[in-house]
Amino acid sequence: MATARTSYLRAGLIHVALVSYTLIALFPVFLTLINSFKSRNAIFREPMAIPTPSTFSLVGYETVLKQGDFIGYFQNSLIVTVVSIAFVLLFGAMAAFALSEYRFRGNLLMGLYLALGIMIPIRLGTVAILQGMVAAGLVNTLTALVLVYTAQGLPLAIFILSEFMRTVSDDLKNAGRIDGLSEYAIFFRLVLPLVRPAMATVAVFTMIPIWNDLWFPLILAPGEETKTVTLGAQMFIGQFVTNWNAVLSALSLAILPVLVLYVIFSRQLIRGITSGAVK
Amino acid sequence: MGSLQLTSIRKAFGDHEVLKGIDLDVKDGEFVIFVGPSGCGKSTLLRVIAGLEDATSGSIRIDGQEVATVPPAKRGIAMVFQSYALYPHLTVKDNMGLGLKQAGTPKAEIEERVTKASSMLSLDPYLARRPAELSGGQRQRVAIGRAIVREPSLFLFDEPLSNLDAALRVQTRLEIARLHRRLKATMIYVTHDQVEAMTLADKIVVLNAGAIEQVGSPMELYNRPANIFVAGFIGSPQMNFIPAEKLEESGCKTIGIRPEHIALSRDAGDWKGKVVHAEHLGADTILYLETEQAGLVTVRLFGEHRYGADDIVFATPDKALMHRFDANDRAIA
Repeated sequence: MATARTSYLRAGLIHVALVSYTLIALFPVFLTLINSFKSRNAIFREPMAIPTPSTFSLVGYETVLKQGDFIGYFQNSLIVTVVSIAFVLLFGAMAAFALSEYRFRGNLLMGLYLALGIMIPIRLGTVAILQGMVAAGLVNTLTALVLVYTAQGLPLAIFILSEFMRTVSDDLKNAGRIDGLSEYAIFFRLVLPLVRPAMATVAVFTMIPIWNDLWFPLILAPGEETKTVTLGAQMFIGQFVTNWNAVLSALSLAILPVLVLYVIFSRQLIRGITSGAVK
Repeated sequence: MGSLQLTSIRKAFGDHEVLKGIDLDVKDGEFVIFVGPSGCGKSTLLRVIAGLEDATSGSIRIDGQEVATVPPAKRGIAMVFQSYALYPHLTVKDNMGLGLKQAGTPKAEIEERVTKASSMLSLDPYLARRPAELSGGQRQRVAIGRAIVREPSLFLFDEPLSNLDAALRVQTRLEIARLHRRLKATMIYVTHDQVEAMTLADKIVVLNAGAIEQVGSPMELYNRPANIFVAGFIGSPQMNFIPAEKLEESGCKTIGIRPEHIALSRDAGDWKGKVVHAEHLGADTILYLETEQAGLVTVRLFGEHRYGADDIVFATPDKALMHRFDANDRAIA
């Protein structure tokens, strides 16, 4: 509708831009999904075609479910992702609260030090991490992955959350202090609910790289017991022959849990309850 | 119960000294107002009393008890904040009761005290609502209710009316005054608004740059300001300050005369001047005069007057009500 502040042309252009971006972003996912439902020959003959009754085949899913312990891999991926997110959010929020709330010597330096990890990729330290894990006897355990991912997620979490926590009104925290809330109660009961949208943002940013990571599972936990989904899917990719049906099916299945987690967090993203707290 | 003694309170942030030795005695049941321009340290002083900031040195006694190491919740105080600072996820009732709950008060007593406070502030219909569903005035009443429920020996108010609009401000001011009379509690109130200070206080403490300029009742400060700062801060419009040599007065450096203590005539008077601007407020008429003898002078006349810009008038100050200040800006008695 044409009103004072919008015109058909401008609204149209904006929609064209948004729709084309959506198509570009979704196309690989779409391609993966349709091809996972096709027979091997059909994938190679017409990769862009939608499965028809003659080309439809569930052989990829059958292979995935039969070969290897894919339920186990999913479980490993979920455990690692959820536990890592929980730790990143908990420790990240605590550190952010300390940095934003308390005046102490070296506050600024500490903040910079903790944020440094955003700029330095954790993979640079792979060799040292592996040596450490070997020494600690943590190779081929999910604990190893959780520890690494927690360390990897913390810098960004602290950086984002401390900025958000600075916006929580001092008066509110002081009112809590006068009402006899401990610093922990102020953190958990007053501040955390108010920065929930920021926590959800951090959770989403943290979750996706962890779920998709191939590097650390391959190096730290390649054992059958501790394989993650991304690592599990690799067994269908061979040096000479790649079972595309199985790879595409495994990847399609791997999208689901991450989609569910995203939906949970994005609901939180939208629900802000700050209004009415102050002014 | 509720007396307060401050002895040489100092507070510094790094090298920057915000409070430079504050001594103050507040008696039980007094309504004391800290007033001063922004950055004078009045809010910091309130937070030091509350225990939200630690003083760098000095002693604070509430009811004779040294409280330097006592946490805020155990000092027997309650505080009302400028931004209301209500807990957004709790209902009005839970907001008011949280402090008591933390202190382990039995449920029945919490209920009773909340009911009493809410009826005192006519908040009964809103007890089940959350702060987001209340208007600004209602929120501030809940914040005041939260303070009353604690039955503190000391009420602390940090600019509680600054976020309200003008009409609501007058109404809430009235409510606070009535509350003070009814509870007979000791109240300490911070504001930058001298009208609030004049209307509410038993005792005003004028602060400037981290030090107390003068302590006294509103009328003492109005009639006998100790120095130029207090004279200029209390009273609106501001007192006129005229260099003594312009008026050929001796024995002082500056002469102060309040706008309401100057008489005006079209025919004759001490200072001849031209009206620069006139403000007609109905009850008052405020004129700005460019005089030959005294420079720019503000005059406040009661009622309506027909002066307009560019009129030539004569102003005569009331000699008995003039204030005289020495070279150090101190009042000469």
